[in-house]
Amino acid sequence: MALLQISEPGQAPDPHQRRVAVGIDLGTTHSLVAAVRHGVAECLPDAQGRKLLPSAVRYLEAGDRQIGFDALAAQADDAANTLVSVKRFMGRALADVPGAERLPYEFVDRPGMLAIRTRQGEKSPVEASAEILATLRQRAEDTFDADLFGAVITVPAYFDDAQRQATKDAAQLAGLNVLRLISEPTAAAVAYGLDNASEGLYAVYDLGGGTFDISLLRLQRGVFEVVATGGDAALGGDDIDHALADWALAQAGTAALTPHDKRVALVAARAAKEALSSGEHATWQAVFSDRTLTVPVTRAQLEALAHPLLTRTLAAVRKVLRDAQLTRDEVQGVVMVGGATRMPLVRTLVSELFQRQVLTNVNPDEVVALGAAIQAHALAGNAPGSELLLLDVIALSLGLETMGGLVERVIERNTTIPAAQAQEFTTYQDGQTAMAIHVVQGERDLVSECRSLARFELRGIPPMVAGAARIRVTFQVDADGLLSVSARETGSGVEASVVVKPSYGLGDEQIAQMLKDGFTHAEGDMAARSLREAQLDAKRMVLATRSALAADGALLSSEERVVIDALLADTERIAQSAEAHAIEAAVQVLAEGTEAFAAARMNQGIRQALAGRTLDQI
Amino acid sequence: MKLQDTDFALFRLPLQHGLERAALDARWRELQAQVHPDRFASEGASAQRVAMQWAVRVNEAYQRLKDPVRRAAYLCALRGVPVDAERNTAMPPAFLVQQMAWREALDGAGDLADVERLGRDVARSELKLLAQLTASLDTDDDIAAAAAQVRALMFVQRFRQDVERRLDLLDTTR
Repeated sequence: MALLQISEPGQAPDPHQRRVAVGIDLGTTHSLVAAVRHGVAECLPDAQGRKLLPSAVRYLEAGDRQIGFDALAAQADDAANTLVSVKRFMGRALADVPGAERLPYEFVDRPGMLAIRTRQGEKSPVEASAEILATLRQRAEDTFDADLFGAVITVPAYFDDAQRQATKDAAQLAGLNVLRLISEPTAAAVAYGLDNASEGLYAVYDLGGGTFDISLLRLQRGVFEVVATGGDAALGGDDIDHALADWALAQAGTAALTPHDKRVALVAARAAKEALSSGEHATWQAVFSDRTLTVPVTRAQLEALAHPLLTRTLAAVRKVLRDAQLTRDEVQGVVMVGGATRMPLVRTLVSELFQRQVLTNVNPDEVVALGAAIQAHALAGNAPGSELLLLDVIALSLGLETMGGLVERVIERNTTIPAAQAQEFTTYQDGQTAMAIHVVQGERDLVSECRSLARFELRGIPPMVAGAARIRVTFQVDADGLLSVSARETGSGVEASVVVKPSYGLGDEQIAQMLKDGFTHAEGDMAARSLREAQLDAKRMVLATRSALAADGALLSSEERVVIDALLADTERIAQSAEAHAIEAAVQVLAEGTEAFAAARMNQGIRQALAGRTLDQI
Repeated sequence: MKLQDTDFALFRLPLQHGLERAALDARWRELQAQVHPDRFASEGASAQRVAMQWAVRVNEAYQRLKDPVRRAAYLCALRGVPVDAERNTAMPPAFLVQQMAWREALDGAGDLADVERLGRDVARSELKLLAQLTASLDTDDDIAAAAAQVRALMFVQRFRQDVERRLDLLDTTR
């Protein structure tokens, strides 16, 4: 879809001032970066013209790394040092990863998130993901010959808070300004919906290398509303490869013991699986260190192996329909996304379930990145007047541990974000002065069967008899799907709060340290970069405030106007300096000083919306 | 228009239980189109914060309005009769007998078809109770009766969740 560039007075970004914003699909097996150019979203190729970047990172001798195709080529020869499919480990402890023993890695069990021992030391999935993101960022900056303003990064809809936070940490580590995390099926719906001018209820079935999502969306005039979502964050094409490799090894009457052989068995399975998407017969051929194994495999055999896995996806589809209280007849189209949907059996089973032919007129590899690019373009302010709006939901319920290890749900799954919800609790012992708060995510009633997100304590509660204290716990989920929790004793006003940082705890300082350690190669002068960013930020803020004043200055009294004008002048003056911290502080002061004005404008916006509605009805 | 307005005022709906779902959904999308943080992505942190507050408030109202039982409980409270479900658990005997019969049916259900049939039964009773609830609030103006009906419906909803959970379980293992 071609988007007309309409500029409003005071905003008028001339083409050279347009912000470069990209969409990134950080996938299990491969990743892509896309951007809107000349009104059209397209995936950006590397210097060799390749759009897909294999999500593979190889740690070499002497601190060097290979990323993408070069790393992938070495995945069998240097299996222990070549990390692939790390997305499956994001925000996960070793105990959360089934079948880890079949993988050619030396895992290190750390609280919250595992790491992998390589010749360059222990590497967390966040670090490996950051390498991939940094490579894509470099590709985009080379393409546009400009710094990136920011990126929209996609995550599986079924990713929990820890996995989302890990993804955001990886982006920060890669030096990316994250405009928004959005769900992969939602991104796909945006690209598909805009391209085909679709309206109505659509299902997106997204089976990637390592994750499965099913989302139901209502599409209406640029608004993409997720009605319900479900899936499995640990089910994908990789699992079919594992099943096929295990089967072939059993046929050959042997096992893969070395890291090299394990990887070879998987690579051979993947090749056979892909060949069977078009042919009826293929050969699983694995060149082990000491022998070569050959096992013929038919499509029927592969399908028998894949069937139990695919049945799980179908159960998830039926569950989402039940959650949404919709029937399959109400669904107008089923969009297939993710490389694994190329398997004919997947298409057949999903078509049977919905009683309609699934839609395969999108490139299942690219559509997610394209949708993310369209959203990034809008969020960067490059498409004023666009009606695009994404209304997403949280896929997993959020709650608190209560007496007896039970979960009290505070925000139910499929609640539209951003969302906030407060719940009152009380003390159970006389004179209790502290309360432990344990935040969990999941659908089960027992804490032990849900995912633990964070623990914190509210201290300093005045001693009272049991049941007299009123402790109000507030959950807030932002538009990225990330949670923060605060607790307050309402009688005394004692407060405690946490931004839920998963327990693997990459703190801001650690990230700063990793950046300083030259994580992103060829980063250049960090100080110069942060100064430039601060100056850009100040310029943006001043520009935004001026255009707000031009549009709605009438909302201010003359005294209020004088204050804001003075703040603007200060910010502009300080922005000329070379002091990044001073500039950031000035921007902060300007932001705070214009908060009331922003609130007044927002109120006016809503009144106008309602007035407009009344006119429509007349 | 203020954050503290009632859900009904925010959505410009009459203060009654009956509403047209499609109109509610349309109004919600309209409001989000005005207040969602993404609409103010390039306008600085203060606009973001305010937009976030409004978007949360609009979603909160929408979640409450679209669920007929929560909407009714909210109306009861606005009209001076809080439902107070935790302290007020007395139910008519006939209702309790039916609840027990349902529980037994769920425990005895052998397969997916049994549970689905029970689910349809429960959904039918729920619809009937909801119609009575709307009448209590909008025609009879009997708020005390409405509050009692809300409490009964909360039981029914909880049971329906148990039915759904059993469905999920049977569905994933079939």
